[in-house]
Amino acid sequence: MDGSGIRQALSMMNERGSGEGAGYVAYGIYPDYRDCYALHVFLDNTCESKAVVDATLEQWGAIEHDEAIPTCNQQNLRTACTPWRYFFRPDASLAPGSASPEKDVVTNLVMQINGCVNGAEVVSSGKNVGVFKAGGSGAWPEVVADYYRIEDYEGYLWLAHNRYATASPEKWERPDPFNLHDWSVVENGKTTTYGTNRRYVESFGYNCTTSTDSEVITYLIDLLVRRHGLDINLAIRALAPPYWEEIDRMPEAEQKLNRALRFAYGAATMNGPFTVVAASPDMMVGFTDRGKLRPMVVGECADRLFIASEESAIRTMEPEVESITRPAAGEPVIGRVAP
Amino acid sequence: MSDCNLGSMPLRYRVTIDRDQCMECGRCVDNCSYGVFRQDGDKILINSRKCTACHRCITYCPRDAIMLAEHPCDYRSHPVWNQQVRESIYNQARTGKIILAGMGSVANLPVIFDRLMLDACQVTTPPTDPLREPVELRTYLGKKPSKLDFRQKANGDVELATELTPNLMIETPILLGHMSYGAISLNAHLAMARAAQEVGTFMGTGEGGLHPGLYPYQDRVIVQVASGRFGVNIDYLERGAAIELKLGQGAKPGIGGHLTGEKVSADVSRTRMIPQGSDAISPAPHHDIYGIEDLPQLVRSVKEATGWKKPIFAKIAAVNNNAENVAAVARSGVDAIAIDGFRGGTGAAPRVFRDHVGIPIEVAIATADKELRKQGLRNEVSLIACGSIRESADVMKAIALGADAVYIATAALAAMGCRVCGNCYQGLCPWGIATQRQDLVDRLNPDVASKQVANLIHAWTLEITELMGAAGITSIESLRGNRDRLRGYMLDAGLLDVLDVKPIGA
Repeated sequence: MDGSGIRQALSMMNERGSGEGAGYVAYGIYPDYRDCYALHVFLDNTCESKAVVDATLEQWGAIEHDEAIPTCNQQNLRTACTPWRYFFRPDASLAPGSASPEKDVVTNLVMQINGCVNGAEVVSSGKNVGVFKAGGSGAWPEVVADYYRIEDYEGYLWLAHNRYATASPEKWERPDPFNLHDWSVVENGKTTTYGTNRRYVESFGYNCTTSTDSEVITYLIDLLVRRHGLDINLAIRALAPPYWEEIDRMPEAEQKLNRALRFAYGAATMNGPFTVVAASPDMMVGFTDRGKLRPMVVGECADRLFIASEESAIRTMEPEVESITRPAAGEPVIGRVAP
Repeated sequence: MSDCNLGSMPLRYRVTIDRDQCMECGRCVDNCSYGVFRQDGDKILINSRKCTACHRCITYCPRDAIMLAEHPCDYRSHPVWNQQVRESIYNQARTGKIILAGMGSVANLPVIFDRLMLDACQVTTPPTDPLREPVELRTYLGKKPSKLDFRQKANGDVELATELTPNLMIETPILLGHMSYGAISLNAHLAMARAAQEVGTFMGTGEGGLHPGLYPYQDRVIVQVASGRFGVNIDYLERGAAIELKLGQGAKPGIGGHLTGEKVSADVSRTRMIPQGSDAISPAPHHDIYGIEDLPQLVRSVKEATGWKKPIFAKIAAVNNNAENVAAVARSGVDAIAIDGFRGGTGAAPRVFRDHVGIPIEVAIATADKELRKQGLRNEVSLIACGSIRESADVMKAIALGADAVYIATAALAAMGCRVCGNCYQGLCPWGIATQRQDLVDRLNPDVASKQVANLIHAWTLEITELMGAAGITSIESLRGNRDRLRGYMLDAGLLDVLDVKPIGA
């Protein structure tokens, strides 16, 4: 799939945004560098800021290749930074004892770069994946897509987000998607538990710098799935757990499991209205808050899965869609990439 | 007193009777256990000097004829040598003794809770309507796993391998704090036990043992082991739903408990296992804990004695190195830590301790939560905030600062009628609460009082539900430590930093 379809689908929902931010993420776009971690970085300038990133990367591994991300200036979009990409090989020996040392190294260097005022923000950091996003006035979905020439990328899994800005509309790193190596996240909504979730995830060494739900959610998923080894079903259940009343009615073993999840991950639980769509190289998942205060529509067509806020977006991308469903609150949708 | 030139102090309170209204029914005479009123022929005489402002007479006067004024006699006003300072000096010049005081601190210091504002949702997120959607206050107190382990069964299914340790389940994050039988009456204890049962929470026994009258409610009782070990035996430990090791108390950090001999009745003596009429003075330290590594041994002994079936709590007073104390206790194997702020109540404490030692609960809970998180110990223990939780908003704020639940004690006494007169140590409580005199105890009907305590907890629970709904929070664990939902109003930058709370407008 190239990016033209999702560009159109997102533009279909322009009335949901304020034209001050949009973003895309695609998996499978860098086959030539499939073994490298692709770092998309927003640089304030290509001298000092880039020097900081170069030095940091060299400290943590080796840069295979780097270049400016190809862009095409748009009349109404004010460019606030230079999007750059690095193809990077982390030095696994720097995270001894880790089950996933390369990802630990990448996590650390992303936290290091994004945690400092240095004119550089890493916006994506996974293998064969890249985030393309922009903010500020005029950043409508189709403008952002054209700026990055999204239609030139071929991916097998795409997420996109149209921002209704509430804070810092001018910042390019603020719109969704957020990404940390494997995982990318878009969210429709706003949680009421940012503070609790942030403090929880930060106690594991993550560093939240953008006051954005999706950033915390990305780190939460990475923590629960990669570092704590939870199956994605259980991870979603930890983030949006059933009510105690429902748990009380479950068979004993299930009750025990759900109670344990709420015991262990009470501080990771998200409240408030949200629909989250998250992706990793081998899956795409959608889930809502347990009251389902935000919409989630699911479409299926042959071996393709669509998750969107509106049916119209799905039909734009796939007019022949075979089924449209609206899962109940607390019912996650999990699509796995065929091997 | 012949060699004392201080004479009589100015009256603390003046009681007056509106003689036009008074019908000489004598209810004030009957009700005042301090002896303020005396019937003399057809006239009621008043001795204001004995008054404690307990309001019992005012409450029971059918004609609203009694009026009370505090400090009817002015001292020369002075910002430094205020009335309280001068009276303490006169008192100590006369007696040469430590001044004893009852209930919580009277130091006129700002209350941090009052300068923290709660948040509510407006347009970017919708509030939750608790009448129509669930808002969960259910709380589990005890150790929680930091991560879960799973194992694969023979048929390929995955099952939970992590064993959960026992937790106490409460339907509202409000527990009834520890006040001993002895400090308060059996009827007060019964009232709290029944209230705990009704609202789905627990009450603390304090350090005075468990009277057989409470055995029917033992599943709702947290039994306390304090440094004096009063009333402690294996039967006592086995009866409790949980066991609390009292290491300190907010009203008097660094010293032991004190039950005045006047309150050690025959029944109290039996329950505490001490001689009747003797002062019960528990030691400052536990004499089996002289270093932190002794605490885990005590915790394990108590767990071993009770078959590892009950959560063990520890209660500490909030002092300067609170965060360090909490982290130390969290490593000892306890399941919950109650932190008692410097405004915590007491039946009797030296005034100088009560008013000058310790730190506020707001700060203590915030620093404890932050430190436990930093050290990766937050799931090891639940945190219980206590020491002047006065209303539902205080409960919300304490939880947003990092507590799992709160203990209320003075508020529960007030729900039974207590007017916070602060004379608990005299043992003459006319409300039948802080006394062991049978005729006074009989004034407190446990059925009535338990309903009032249950009402209070129920009302607070409703208010908390509404406040959480307004903040768009539907489970209590999502409020816990959610300092982003608080703002400090007129708090200085240093304190805001300690609390990890932003100022209003930020």
